[in-house]
Amino acid sequence: MPHSSFFRFMAPSLIAMLLFIALPTVSIFVQSLYVEHPQVLIETETCQPLGGCVKETTVDVAATAKLRSEAPLGQFNGLGTYVDRNHLAINSVGLLWSRSGSLGEFVSGMMNLRFYRALAFTLFYCFLVTPLAMALGFGIALAVNVVPRLMKGPVIFFSLVPMLITPLVGALILFWMLNSDGILGVALQVLFNDPGLSTQSSAPLTWIMLIVYGTWTNAPFSFIVFYAGLQAVSRDTLEAAMIDGASRWERVRYVVLPSLKPLVLFVLLVQLMDNFRVFEPIISFNASANATSLAFDIYASLNTQTSQLFGSAAATSVITIAFIAVLIVPILARVARELQAGRV
Amino acid sequence: MSMPLPAVLRRPAWLTTLAMGFVILWLIIAAFPFAWTVWGSFKVQTDFFSRDSWWNAITGPMTTRTTGGPFTTDGYYGAWVTTEFWRAALNTLIVTVCVTSISLSFGTLGGYALARSTHRYRFWILVAALFFRAMPEVTLVSGYLFPFFALNIWGHLPTAIIVLVALNQPFTLWMMYSFFQGIPRDLDESALVDGCNRFQAFRLAIMPVMWPGVITTGLFSFLLAYNDFTVTGLVLSKDNQTMVPKIASYLGTIQDEGAIMFAVAAVVSITIPIFLLVMFFQRYLVSGLTAGAVKG
Amino acid sequence: MRNFSFGLVSALALTATPVFADCGIASGSVRILSNDFAALRIVNETAAECASGTVTVTSNNTTEHKNIQVAALTANPAEYTVAMVANNSIVPLLGGDLIRPLDDLVAKYGQQLQPNQLIKIDGKIMGIAFMANGQHLVMRKDLLEAAGVAAPTSWEEVLTAAAAIKEKGLLDYPIAAPYAAGWDLAAEFVNMYLGTGADFFEPGSAKLAIDNEQGRLVLKTMREMTAFMPPDYVTQDTDATAQLYRDGQVGIMQNWGSLAATLIDPTKAKPEVAAATVFAAAPTVGGGTIPSAALWWDGFTIAKNISDEDAEASFQAMMHAIAPETAAKHPDAAVWLISGYTPGPAAVGVIANANSGARAYPMVPWMGLLHETLGNELADYVKGAEDAERALADITAAYNAAATQAGYLN
Repeated sequence: MPHSSFFRFMAPSLIAMLLFIALPTVSIFVQSLYVEHPQVLIETETCQPLGGCVKETTVDVAATAKLRSEAPLGQFNGLGTYVDRNHLAINSVGLLWSRSGSLGEFVSGMMNLRFYRALAFTLFYCFLVTPLAMALGFGIALAVNVVPRLMKGPVIFFSLVPMLITPLVGALILFWMLNSDGILGVALQVLFNDPGLSTQSSAPLTWIMLIVYGTWTNAPFSFIVFYAGLQAVSRDTLEAAMIDGASRWERVRYVVLPSLKPLVLFVLLVQLMDNFRVFEPIISFNASANATSLAFDIYASLNTQTSQLFGSAAATSVITIAFIAVLIVPILARVARELQAGRV
Repeated sequence: MSMPLPAVLRRPAWLTTLAMGFVILWLIIAAFPFAWTVWGSFKVQTDFFSRDSWWNAITGPMTTRTTGGPFTTDGYYGAWVTTEFWRAALNTLIVTVCVTSISLSFGTLGGYALARSTHRYRFWILVAALFFRAMPEVTLVSGYLFPFFALNIWGHLPTAIIVLVALNQPFTLWMMYSFFQGIPRDLDESALVDGCNRFQAFRLAIMPVMWPGVITTGLFSFLLAYNDFTVTGLVLSKDNQTMVPKIASYLGTIQDEGAIMFAVAAVVSITIPIFLLVMFFQRYLVSGLTAGAVKG
Repeated sequence: MRNFSFGLVSALALTATPVFADCGIASGSVRILSNDFAALRIVNETAAECASGTVTVTSNNTTEHKNIQVAALTANPAEYTVAMVANNSIVPLLGGDLIRPLDDLVAKYGQQLQPNQLIKIDGKIMGIAFMANGQHLVMRKDLLEAAGVAAPTSWEEVLTAAAAIKEKGLLDYPIAAPYAAGWDLAAEFVNMYLGTGADFFEPGSAKLAIDNEQGRLVLKTMREMTAFMPPDYVTQDTDATAQLYRDGQVGIMQNWGSLAATLIDPTKAKPEVAAATVFAAAPTVGGGTIPSAALWWDGFTIAKNISDEDAEASFQAMMHAIAPETAAKHPDAAVWLISGYTPGPAAVGVIANANSGARAYPMVPWMGLLHETLGNELADYVKGAEDAERALADITAAYNAAATQAGYLN
């Protein structure tokens, strides 16, 4: 296809992405390299209802506005924001490394740093939920394939329910069902024969609940994609394998799975990226005491009661993209190899 | 799919039973929270969110005491009539229809070009699209606010629509690209040989066979626009609010209890159209995915 | 689209609210941005009565108001003429120089205002408050009597009372407090620290000053309370604790005045709980006399980047919205600061706080950063995963990094 017609076809899509994603991304990156000007402080008298008047130190608005109008981006800080205590915390990590007597001490010290606490859960979640949800989705797809044809419609449709409910409220209701007086919470207490059991009281239990929720809500996507893929598996190849005496498991392993490979790559790509950005369940489960994620940190920096911390959110966002890049490069390399092999 | 299986491929009974058991177990796990929500939406908050005993959510003692019967439609009445949820529903309808159709138009053209181009840059466009998808949405949206207010375009439905279309493009492009890869090249190339230009070839040879892929991708675009909170919550004014931010507003604030049962009733309500849609398009959904991503 | 929905809205407004008031406004456009809760909705609706052939009144009450207010008022002309704020959310508007002094408007139209409604910065009136809020003590007198203890007035007494209730086997978990990690937990620290009478920052700077005897006392008391709280306290926010209380699972609670009405309403709470509930000022701490709860106000400000005509119209509309009649008509909707308001039974706690000398939530620009930091760093401490020294060191380090980035510290 010649360049001209290629770009004519691509133009609407490219323009939309450039304007609303690429441009903001560049500005986010630039912003992450700057911090606010040192603010000029003055002493003023503040009077509030009921509290009375007090002398308070505050920002000299006029003087600070002048500084800001001279250099609107703020003060160039290079990678300063990236390495400060609330992000990569290079200094604290260095200190910890030299002072820690044992690996355990070092790890617990790291978990005390906001960024690494978030990173640990993010990676844990991403690497557990992705395969679990994909395996569950694949299992459901195989099983649904066996269901009598008449029942398939309703079965597919109810299987998709976890993906369809608005996450905001879906997670909230599950959270209530799971609390120590809720139906699922009580069921677990009976199951484990421990009336004091509360899934929200400790970090390990909170992590498990979030993983279970993640698997539950992500499995339908894998299911529907794999189910579609199964319909396309060549019947001839299956029959040939059958005649060669392959067992049921061998047929799944050597015929079905390889033919689903491109799909597995596709789902893996999408799920890794989405799971790395986990944050809705943390909010709905009020779980931030025990589990935070990078996306949650970004949300928290932007959704403040007072001034939003744009610089901090920008830095965490850039770090998030960097991590996702590392995660998906191997998969992309594979896609690139297939493209190069001239398959198309 | 509908061909009868040859005898040799028939499954043993134990396997069918096992599979059926697994499917039933999964269906219970998948649908139970929703069933619970539907049931609870006819109770008062004190019962559904009881800390006394979950049994209250089933029997509804407080519902009986305050409304005279074990079931009440107060939540639905409050949401749809008192707080005019229908207006949010109307806005959602406009937003989702526009987002879905525009994303599909853009994505179909782009995906087709990507699938048929042989130039090196198309790989890089695909990779760039993936990285665009990696960007946390909330960061992007917070950055939009200042320019939107300055240009006086904040708060209006078209603004939210175009932002959602843009954020949706990477996924749409990838899906449509994989799908077009599955359509044989001969189809449009023969049209080109017959003297059509690229656009005519696309219209005459490709368009008739692309619908399964379009419908699949469209369903995902639809879900994204329908369930979006990040964009619609920050970019729309109250008059133009869609359903999900409206539901969020029922949930209350730190100092205010809100009207949680309105939210529960609203969630049940907004799930119904998705159900109908999935039921209706389910057959296409599966065939679209088969034709598309499988061969991608 | 815009015209279409605007038409729809005004058509509905006509049918839904036939009340039209003469607010004495010649002409102008009033556009209100506010948080989304009942009392503010009442104020917005009352302001809308000023709409006429020459005056338009629109309002956007949204929980996202704080995320959009700065951008919305930075635009010129500003998207909104009125921004409703509280102690903390006024700070970014002041910092960005986005709201105008109201002295001349108050002189011209503000005869109804009481002196304590005026928010003055450096002698200039920057905002008008109309309602108060705050956390206070909620307890069940039947349980206290059964346990044989007097109504507690300090956190130390609350702990003794809780121990007695638990010992008598009346309740497993006598206390609830909104300790959900994040904003709620931080608010509890701020409340109790205010009760010690100490300051958060060194005078004349944004340097943190909580690493002291009072800070340690607050941390110690908070940890001691958790022993009497339900095990999942780090996930329980204000709504969850209120629900626990209404269902009779806990007997003593610190919670918001704006939720108090739901606790004594027998259609929401168990009847025996509703009947036995009493409200009191927030407890004191460490032998002090100050209730350990911040006083909050909600009020309005007028944008700077709008025409004087719109500013005048907005101020007049707001004066109508917070006229004494509003408080008289909706006495239970809030603790009004409006003249002529007679407090109802749910307002007891907040008013007791104010009368006992509770302190206002600090309005300094860096308080928000401290609040966020406390929310992130305190959870490990209250869970018992680290000691007070470590917690204070973490808070200080995280706050310093954030304040340096914001330009408050060098």
